[in-house]
Amino acid sequence: MSGATRKGVVLHLGVVALLAGLQFVLPAYHHGNLARVMVLASFALGYNVMFGYTGLLSLGHAMFFAAGLYGMGLAMRHLGLPALPALALGVLCGAALAALVGLLALRTAGVAFMIVTLMFAQTGYLTILYFGAFTRGDEGFVIPRAARRIGALDLSEPTTRYFAALLLLGLCLFATLALVRSSTGRVLIAIRENEDRARMLGYDVFRYKLLAMVISGAMAGAAGAAYGLLFGYVGATFASVQYSIFPLLWVLLGGAGTVLGPLVGTLFMFYLIDLSSGFTSAYMLIAGVALVLLTLFAPRGLMGLVRARLVPWLP
Amino acid sequence: MARKTTQIQTPAARARSRRSVLKGLAATGGALAGAQALPGLVPYIQAQSSAPIKIGFQVHRTGIGAAYGRWYDRTTTAAARVINEAGGINGRPIEIITEDDGTDPKRGAEVVEKFATLHGCDIAFGTLFSHVVIGSSPRAGELKIPYFVVSEGHHVASGMLNRYTLQPGITDVKSQVQAMAPFVHDNLGRKVTMIFPDFAFGHDHRDYFSAALEKLGGEVVAKIAIPPTESSFTRYFPKIPRDTEVIYHVMVGPAVLTFVKELGEFFGSSRPELFGFIDSLEAVDIATPGLEFLEGSYFWEGNPRYAGANPSEHDSFYRAQVGVDADGASLDDPKDVSTYAHMWGCWETLHVVKAGMEAAGYQGIGDRAALIEAVEAMTDLPHGRAHPQGAKLFNGKTHQVFGHQYISKVGGGRMTLAHTTSIEDTFYPDEVDYTTQPF
Repeated sequence: MSGATRKGVVLHLGVVALLAGLQFVLPAYHHGNLARVMVLASFALGYNVMFGYTGLLSLGHAMFFAAGLYGMGLAMRHLGLPALPALALGVLCGAALAALVGLLALRTAGVAFMIVTLMFAQTGYLTILYFGAFTRGDEGFVIPRAARRIGALDLSEPTTRYFAALLLLGLCLFATLALVRSSTGRVLIAIRENEDRARMLGYDVFRYKLLAMVISGAMAGAAGAAYGLLFGYVGATFASVQYSIFPLLWVLLGGAGTVLGPLVGTLFMFYLIDLSSGFTSAYMLIAGVALVLLTLFAPRGLMGLVRARLVPWLP
Repeated sequence: MARKTTQIQTPAARARSRRSVLKGLAATGGALAGAQALPGLVPYIQAQSSAPIKIGFQVHRTGIGAAYGRWYDRTTTAAARVINEAGGINGRPIEIITEDDGTDPKRGAEVVEKFATLHGCDIAFGTLFSHVVIGSSPRAGELKIPYFVVSEGHHVASGMLNRYTLQPGITDVKSQVQAMAPFVHDNLGRKVTMIFPDFAFGHDHRDYFSAALEKLGGEVVAKIAIPPTESSFTRYFPKIPRDTEVIYHVMVGPAVLTFVKELGEFFGSSRPELFGFIDSLEAVDIATPGLEFLEGSYFWEGNPRYAGANPSEHDSFYRAQVGVDADGASLDDPKDVSTYAHMWGCWETLHVVKAGMEAAGYQGIGDRAALIEAVEAMTDLPHGRAHPQGAKLFNGKTHQVFGHQYISKVGGGRMTLAHTTSIEDTFYPDEVDYTTQPF
C-alpha cells in the first residue's frame, strides 16, 4: 500500500469514525438529518463514479435511485419479500437498469448522452405513473413500519437507522476509494481526461464506461432502496427530473472526482436549504447563488479546493 | 363561542375528559408541593402554564401547490387569531410555526421531523398534496407527533397511514366523488365520459365515480386518461363516444385553460353536459377569458366560492376573518381569487384540535396520545363558527371526517349553488380501525 493510499484509507476511516461518534452527541433533529444526508450522499457517490471519475454527465440518475426504491418497495408490497432480500433486489434493479440504459445511451457522448439519459429518466417517471395500479403513481405508498426490519433490527428506530445509513455510506465510500485506486479506476480517469488516447492505448472504452455506469447505478439503487426502508415511503417524486439534478449539484458543490466531495456537497446543500428556508421562500435562489459563487471561486468544488490548496494527496 | 359549537358527545370522551382533569389537578398539586420545597421552580411552572401551544404548520409555499399554500396560510393565520382572541386553548395561546414543504414528500418528511425534534411542536398540521402527506406520515408516526392533515386524499381512511395521522377537517376524495354520482345520474345524464389526469388523483376519480355511477344504473362509456406532461388535448377529444351525455373532467394545473378552450373549439355550440371538479379552477377567476365554454356547466365545490343571496352567519364570519369577499376573492384585491373549496379545512382542523385539546385537558407533549383519543371520540361536529362549511360527522376509527358536498352551476362568469348533498351520500364502509393500533 503506497503512502498516499494509506493516508486516504486512514482519512476515510476517520470520517466514518467521526460520523459514528456524532451519533452519540447530535441533537435529535440533526441526528435524523445526518442519517438522511448519508443515504443521499451514497446516491451522490454513485453519481460521482460516473461523472467525477469517468466524465459521463448524466441528467437521468433519478431513474437508478427510483429503480432501487421501487425494486425494493414493490417487492415488499406485492410479493411480501422481507426487507433484506428486498434491499438486495433494489440494488440489483439499479445495476440492471444502468446496464440496460448504458448499452443504449453509451452509443452517444457529450450533450447527446445528457439528453438520452434525461429522456430515459422521464420514461421511467412516466412508467411509474402509467402503472399506477401497482405503484400508486404520484402519491406513492408507505412501507409499513412492521415490515422495516432486518432480523431483530428495527430500521425505523433512530439509532439503527443512523448506523444503517452509515454502513451504506461507508460501503459506498470505500468501494469508490478502492475503485479509484485500482487499475480499473485509473482507466476510468484516463477516459475522463482523454477518451481518444485511452482508446488508442487499447482500452475497451465502451466496456469501462458501461462498468462505471453499472457501479454507479448499483450505488444509486442501494441508496434508493435504503431510503425507502429507512424512511418508510416510496413515491414517484424521487424519479422526477429534480432528483436527477440534485446529485449533479451535490457532486459539483462538494467536488467532482473527490471521494469525500459528494458527502460534503450533500451536507452543505441540505443545510443551505434547511437554514435558508427559515428566512425566505426563495431558498432555491439562495442555493443557486451559492452554486454560482462556488463555480466562480471554487470551480472544482469544496473538496477540490481543499485538494488544490491543502491536501494534494486527497483521493 | 367556537368552543360551544364543537361538541364531544361520547360518554367515553366525557369520562376521559374527567379523568384527564383529575389527573391534571393531581399533577398540578404535586408540582406545587414540589415547588414549595424548591422555590426556584415556581416561575418555571408559571411559564409552562401560559406558554404557547406550538402548532407546526406544514405548507406548500413553493412548488406546484403554492397557490393552495398561500391561502392555506391565510386561513390558518386567521383561525389561530380567532382562537387566541377567544382565549386560546386551555387558557394558552397557540403559536403557528410555519415551514415550507416545497410540495415535495422528502422535504415534507424533513419538515415534520423539524417540528417534532427542533421546534418542539405539540402537533404538526397542514398541507394538501397527497404525496407530501403520505411521505410525511411515517415519520410523524415514528416521532409520535399527532399529524392533522388537510389533504382530502383517501390515504387516511384507506388505512395506509398510522394512528398519529388524522383528517378531521376536510372530507376525502372518495366520499366527494361518490356523492356526485346521484346528481349527475338524475340531472345531467346516464352515459358519462371521464377525462382525467393519468396519475393517482385522476385514478381515484375514475375508480370511485365509475363504481358509484354503475351502482345507480348509469354507465361510464369512456375513460380518457391524459398524461401529466400533456399541454394540448385536441387529439384526445375524438375518443369521446358520440352517445356521451355528460363529460366528467378533472384536469388540474395550468393546462386547464387550454383544455377548456380546446374542448370548446371541438364541440362548438352543441356539447354534452359538463361536470367537473373545481380543483381545476381553484384560485382562477371563472370570468377569465377562455373559460366561456364552461357557461352552464356544473362543478363540485368543497365550499361554495360565491356566497350567494343567503349565506350562513358562520360563512360570513369565516369570510370576514380570512379576508375574503362574497365572490371568494381577497378583500384587498378582487383579482386575487382564493382556493375557497379547500382552504376551510385548515380553519376547521384547527378548531377540532382546540376541541380535542380541551377535551383531553392537554398540557404538553405527554398528552399527545390523550389528544388523539379525544379526537377519535368525536362524532357530531355541528355547523357553526368552528365549522362554517357545514355540519360533519367524524369517524374515529378511520380518522376521517364526512360532510356535505356542494355542486354549483356556472353562469355569467360566476357560480351559483345548485345542489347540496346529504352527509349520508358520502359514506362508505370503514376500511380501517386505527383505534386498534397501539400508540
